[in-house]
Amino acid sequence: MKLSNLSASSVLPRMEKALSGLAVGFALVLVAAAPVSAAVEIERVVSPGGIEAWLVQDHRNPIIAMEFSFKGGAALDPADKAGLSTMTAALIDEGAGELDSQGFRGLMDENSIGLSFNAGRDEFSGSLRTLAETKDLAFNLARLALTSPRFDEEAVARIRSQIMVGLEREKESPDAIAGKALRTLFFGDHPYGRSSEGTVETIPAITVEDMRALVRERFSLDRLKIAVIGSVTPEELAVLLDRTFGELPATSDLPIVPDVAVAGTGDVIVVDKNLPQSVVTFGHQGVKRSDPDYYAAYVVNYILGGGGMSSRLYEEVREKRGLAYSVYSYLNPLDHAALLVGGVATQNARVSESLEIIKAEWKRMAEEGPSAQDLADAKTFLTGSFPLRLSGSDRIAGMMLGMQIQGLGIDYLERRNSYIEAITLEQAQRVAAELFKPEALTVVVVGRPDNVTATRAAPDGSS
Amino acid sequence: MPPTLRSTPLRLPSWLQVLALSFAVLSAIVWMAGQAAARVFDPETFTLDNGMQVVVVPNHRAPIVTHMVWYKVGAADESAGESGNAHFLEHLLFKGTKTLAPGEFSQIIQLNGGRENAFTSQDYTAYFQTIARDRLEIMMKHEADRMTNLVLTDEVVASERDVVVEERRSRTDNNPSAKLFETMQAALYLNHPYRLPVIGWQHEIEALNTETALAFYRKWYAPNNAILIVAGDVTAEEVRPLAEKYYGVIPARDVPERVRIEEPPQTSARRVIHESPRVRQPLLAVTYLAPSYRRGATEHAYALQVLDEVLSGGSTSRLYKSLVVDKKLAVSVGSRYSASALDLSDFNFYASPQPGVELETLEAALRAEIDAVLKDGITAKELASAKRRKRAESVYARDNLGTAPRIIGISLATGRTIEEIESWPDLIDGVTLEQVLAAARAVFRDESSVTGLLLPKPTS
Repeated sequence: MKLSNLSASSVLPRMEKALSGLAVGFALVLVAAAPVSAAVEIERVVSPGGIEAWLVQDHRNPIIAMEFSFKGGAALDPADKAGLSTMTAALIDEGAGELDSQGFRGLMDENSIGLSFNAGRDEFSGSLRTLAETKDLAFNLARLALTSPRFDEEAVARIRSQIMVGLEREKESPDAIAGKALRTLFFGDHPYGRSSEGTVETIPAITVEDMRALVRERFSLDRLKIAVIGSVTPEELAVLLDRTFGELPATSDLPIVPDVAVAGTGDVIVVDKNLPQSVVTFGHQGVKRSDPDYYAAYVVNYILGGGGMSSRLYEEVREKRGLAYSVYSYLNPLDHAALLVGGVATQNARVSESLEIIKAEWKRMAEEGPSAQDLADAKTFLTGSFPLRLSGSDRIAGMMLGMQIQGLGIDYLERRNSYIEAITLEQAQRVAAELFKPEALTVVVVGRPDNVTATRAAPDGSS
Repeated sequence: MPPTLRSTPLRLPSWLQVLALSFAVLSAIVWMAGQAAARVFDPETFTLDNGMQVVVVPNHRAPIVTHMVWYKVGAADESAGESGNAHFLEHLLFKGTKTLAPGEFSQIIQLNGGRENAFTSQDYTAYFQTIARDRLEIMMKHEADRMTNLVLTDEVVASERDVVVEERRSRTDNNPSAKLFETMQAALYLNHPYRLPVIGWQHEIEALNTETALAFYRKWYAPNNAILIVAGDVTAEEVRPLAEKYYGVIPARDVPERVRIEEPPQTSARRVIHESPRVRQPLLAVTYLAPSYRRGATEHAYALQVLDEVLSGGSTSRLYKSLVVDKKLAVSVGSRYSASALDLSDFNFYASPQPGVELETLEAALRAEIDAVLKDGITAKELASAKRRKRAESVYARDNLGTAPRIIGISLATGRTIEEIESWPDLIDGVTLEQVLAAARAVFRDESSVTGLLLPKPTS
């Protein structure tokens, strides 16, 4: 291993960021029909205790992966305790029941069990990975984490310190600065305007009692979705489900997060940083996952900036002009808001030119929509590429979980291609005109760009 | 990463998370680069008449295949003054052939529902597509085409050079820790080309051109210097006729031996300091020159993998327990070793201090851990536990379609054989306490090490 692996640079992929822009989560799960549902047979398993999971049995390799989530994430955190969900997620697998942190992690390490929790905006999710032979232990560790986390002083201090250091470091990360500024501009005081990870002000304010209350109040069966894949039978899984989740309360009563429209004002904000390359992010209102036009919006964005090496932005910004290594756009539908966001990174002297091109493409898509050929090509790719998502257990389990969260139905895989195929050119053009609003595109530049005039000041705390 | 509203657990600082992720992936690859192939991946291998090796790894979970071509050439094979040329050529391989316009192959892949990418390291360059199984032949046709029929124009080359300079800014120049690591790498090797960054120095990237790229292409891109790996819902019987049809017809050419200049004996510990106003949190890194499977004291290659696992495999590992949990000096700590390199490798440590802890205090504590290994080695319990985790890793490695072809590709492109890969579990299993101690003593030597410090610099 070369040292430069430390900077992840000794193996250089040809394009990294644009593809990661495609992988933004459940909402992008677009699934093909016949071959996929043939390759992946999803069973509904309901335990004697009434707990449901979706299962794909696969006995070729003796491993099991489980993804699960509770509705309600960081958006439920109080403003003065922002980061509560993230900190709790980092701590419930740091000691539980009779096991202190080293005891708990020791069992995981000794048995090669992977267990981790993550707080998203709208979901609090967990991920379990185990060899089939250690499944009883693995599921029991998950139970302990959910029902009797300890929050020992040592672990709390350690994790709190790690989060604080991470937040300090982010203050000089151009990507983090840009994302935070855009979020603040879009959402203001709405919970989505806060940092999921918290701030250096809020993290010290979080108490063990806050975290205990979160565990008590948020982990309830009515909010829980579970997806499992691997070498386990429905009968075995039913038993494990009751053992793991059976102690959780049936229901919970949590505040409602209000819906919010994205305040796309068309402003340009510059956060001054002495960087050789400006990092730019931009966006405005998007389309919710439940919107009847979601698939059409997904397809037109694919054509504009979501299609990796074939998108219009990639072609115009990178291929024709060599302006950037990475340029992309993607839909980011949340439970209570919807975003269309993009990004580019280029030398300070060429930020202005890059933005002009991006805005011109935005406008062209709004005015003309995709061509018939664009639409046909996008459909071909989006329907043909779905089986690629079946490349590993974690991806399949994540897809099944996303289907449950979005309420798409267990037979969604059989129907999904038809939603893509049904999009007409007229619909695509109408949706493009409604979706892409060049005048509303709010732009945040982190760097020292030439010839870019800010139209308003950066939000507090941006630099 | 693009800025999004999704959050990730912040157990590590975000840039370290990225490292940890790539560590995890690379670790699996490293550990597995040698996994008992017949037992784990069950590959079949044969060689075409022109010398091109073919490996087929069946995995029937989904009706898809990953098609990869690996060239046994990388950044360390570049001519002096042309750093970045191997990676630049990799970008240019997407720019068309005698029969395809720039980007047309990518378009064909998209229209067939496939995804593609390519990557370059010091020792190899690889191109791959993942696609529905019945599209394999189209991929082979065009991948074989660009092995010999690349066409470049100055205009296309100039524009792509700008892209690569932007890539360098994104990866390195915008990132203080990347700058530290780049300089440490340059300091670790006194003579060997591994001292040069894969992406190249900016002034040398800017001097690359159509001629440098094509010269490199003509010198190294030939079937007898390439490996074809096809993994997924496919059999060797299906792959063989296609491989013969598309790759087998390309004549073998003379390809130079990969002879890199030798590293002299190292006699002096080095210290590298990168200060920047953009550093919010300091970082300590220590790297020792180490053997690989192929170079140096190769008998230590397996013991070093076990030692790496004992030191930093999980949050009950030695380093995390001591420096983070018990002594509370660090927020994160780790080690890294890979035996897969054509020439020498290195064994790395990194640690990020708790706020308020001086870097020198942390460094002393890290060195005490290294000294403890040098004095007493590891325990029998640690050895057994590390071996058990590596065995489990081999089971997990079968899960993802992309893992096997990567492991096999890295191994074969760095001069190993399928047979050597197959013997990996037994050899790891055979590592003894004495071998770990001997390996540590052979590698953890100040005179062949670089210590790096990333420090904040007050803005004046």
